[in-house]
Amino acid sequence: MNPSIISKSLLIALPLLALSACSSNSDTDSAAMEANKAAMEQAAMEQQAAAESNIETDGIQAIELTEEELMAKRYSDAILEKIIQFDFDTAMIKPEFTSILDAHAEFLVNNPEEKVTIEGHTDEKGTPEYNIALGERRAMSVSVYLENMGVLPSQISVVSYGEEKPLNFGHAEASWSDNRRAELVY
Amino acid sequence: MLLRLFLSIAMIIFSAQASARLEILITEGVNTARPIAVIPFKWLGEGEKPGQFSDIIAADLQRSGQFSPLPLNQMPNTPSNSIGLNYSLWHKMGIEALLMGEVSPAPEAGKYIVTYELVDVVTGNANVADYSPVLESRRGTVTKTQLRRFAHRISDVAYENLTGEKGAFLTRIAYIAVDRKSSHPYQLRISDYDGYGEKLILRSKQPIMSPSWSPDGRKLAYVSFEQRHSQIYIQDLYSQKRELMTSFPKINGSPSWSPDGKSLAIVLSKEGQPEVYTLDTQSKALRRITHNRAIDTEPSWSPDGNSLIFTSTRGGRPQIYQVDLRSKVTKRLTWEGDLNLGGTITPDGASLVLVSRHDGNYKIAAQDLASGELRTLTNTHLDESPSVAPNGSMIIYSTVYKGRQGLALVSMDGRFKANIPAQSGEVKSPAWSPFLK
Repeated sequence: MNPSIISKSLLIALPLLALSACSSNSDTDSAAMEANKAAMEQAAMEQQAAAESNIETDGIQAIELTEEELMAKRYSDAILEKIIQFDFDTAMIKPEFTSILDAHAEFLVNNPEEKVTIEGHTDEKGTPEYNIALGERRAMSVSVYLENMGVLPSQISVVSYGEEKPLNFGHAEASWSDNRRAELVY
Repeated sequence: MLLRLFLSIAMIIFSAQASARLEILITEGVNTARPIAVIPFKWLGEGEKPGQFSDIIAADLQRSGQFSPLPLNQMPNTPSNSIGLNYSLWHKMGIEALLMGEVSPAPEAGKYIVTYELVDVVTGNANVADYSPVLESRRGTVTKTQLRRFAHRISDVAYENLTGEKGAFLTRIAYIAVDRKSSHPYQLRISDYDGYGEKLILRSKQPIMSPSWSPDGRKLAYVSFEQRHSQIYIQDLYSQKRELMTSFPKINGSPSWSPDGKSLAIVLSKEGQPEVYTLDTQSKALRRITHNRAIDTEPSWSPDGNSLIFTSTRGGRPQIYQVDLRSKVTKRLTWEGDLNLGGTITPDGASLVLVSRHDGNYKIAAQDLASGELRTLTNTHLDESPSVAPNGSMIIYSTVYKGRQGLALVSMDGRFKANIPAQSGEVKSPAWSPFLK
C-alpha cells in the first residue's frame, strides 16, 4: 500500500477513534459534541478579544536566495564562474576548468530554451588577425566540450575577439595570462 | 529594420578633428645620411608668412633616413634662388644639395605662388659650362589649406631626384585608436603619414580591425564587430558611404585589397577552419583559395596580383606561405625563427616583410625572397601589423613602447627608427596608403 494513502486514512480514522473512546452512547455523545463546540467558539472569541488588547504578533519574511545562490545550490558554485583560461598559443581545456563547463552544460541541458555565446580571446602576442583565428579555436573547444555533454548546437554561438578585448590592459605576462580566455555569456 | 540600420550607421560615422594626434620621434638615425640644406622659403608678400615650408620638407627628408638636413643656425646664408649662388660656401661644409624657394601672393585672393629650386652643390662648385647645377626648378599655385600638402609634394620631387626612387611623403596612414575612456572606444582614424590632419572615420562601442586601402586611396576595407560578431565593410572616405561586404557565421576577417582594386582577399571560417577566400567587390562572388584543416589567415597580395601570401599552421607553428591563384600551387616561404606571421611583399617584389618570433620576442623582419636571408629590423619585442610605404622605403608597424601600444617606423634596412606615440590612448593596426596622386 502506498504510504501516503496510509497516512491519509489515519488522519480520518484517528479522530473517530478518539471520539468513540470518550463517549458512552450516541445521544449524549452528540450533546457533548455540541457543548464542546460552543465552548471552543466561546474561548476563541475571548482569546481574540484579549489578543486585540494585550498582545501583538508579527511574522518574518522567508529567507529568499539570490538568483546566483539558487543556481549555485542547483548546479554547484562552478556555475558562477564564466571564464575559462588557456595556456599560451593553445586551445586545450585544462582539467581545472572542466567542473565549470560541467555545471554550465547541466544548466543548458536542463534549460534547452537558454542560449550561450562563447567569446574567444587571446593575449596581445602575435598579430591581431592570427589571434582572431586562435580565439576562435578556444571558443570552439569550449563549444565542443559543451556539445559532448549534451548541449544542443542551436543553444551555442561562438565569436572570437582575438586580442581586441583584453580583460587586463597591461603589457606583461600577468596581464597576458588573464587575457588568454574564453567567456560564457548568457 | 532598414531605417534602424541606417540610423545606427549615421550615428557612428562622422568626421571631426581628433585628439590623438601622432608625432614622429626619431630614435635611431643613420650616420651615413647625406648632408643637405633645406633653406627657409622667402616670403615676398605683405604681413605674416603663410607657412613654414622648409620645416615640413626638412622633416620629411630626415625621416626618410636618407638625408641629414643642416640646422638653420649653421647655414652660412639663406638664398631663395640659384641666381648668383655661392656654391663653394656650401661645398666646404660638405653639403650635397640645396633646396630653396619663394612664396608670393597670387593675383587671385587666398592663393599663393610657390617657386622652388633643387641644386647640386658639387656640380655648381665645379662650374662646368655644359652641366647645370639646377636639378629641379618648379612653380605651383596653391590655396592656404593646400600648403602643407604642397610641401610634401616638394619633398617627393627632391627625394626622387636625389635617390632615383619615388617619394612617399604625400601619403596617409589608417589606424585603429583605442580610447577606453570614450563612449565609443574603438576608432578608425586616418592622418597624413606624418601624423598631421588626423580625421575620425568611424567610431564604435565594439572592436574595429584590419584596415586596408583600396589601390586608388579612396576607400578602406575593415572588420567591424558592431553587430556583436565580425563583418567586413568597405567605406568610401569621401562620401562616407558604407557597404557591408560579408556577414557569414564565425570569422569574417583580414580584408586585403587586390592591386587591381576589383577584389578582396578575406578570411572566413564558415566551413569550419579559417580559410582564405577572394571576394569580388562588385558581384560578391566568393572563391575559396585554401583547403586545409589548419588555420589559414592574413592574406596579402603579391604586387602582380597573381598570388597571395598568407599565414598557415599547416606545418605546426604559424609560417608564411604563398599560393598561386591560377594553379593553386602552394609553397612555404619562411623557415627561420620559432614562427612567422603577418607577411607582406614589398612593392618591388623583392622582399617579404613579416613578424618573426625569436626567443619569444616578436620583431619586424625582412626576408630577401631570392636568397631566403632573414634580417631582423627592430629592437622592440611586441611588434605586429607591419605595413610597407608605397615606395618600399619604410615600414610602419604597431608595438609596445614605454608600456603603451603605439606606432613606429623603421627603414627597410633597419638603420633608421622612429616612434609615433599617441597623445592619448593606444594606437594599433597601421595601414600605409598607396601614392595619393
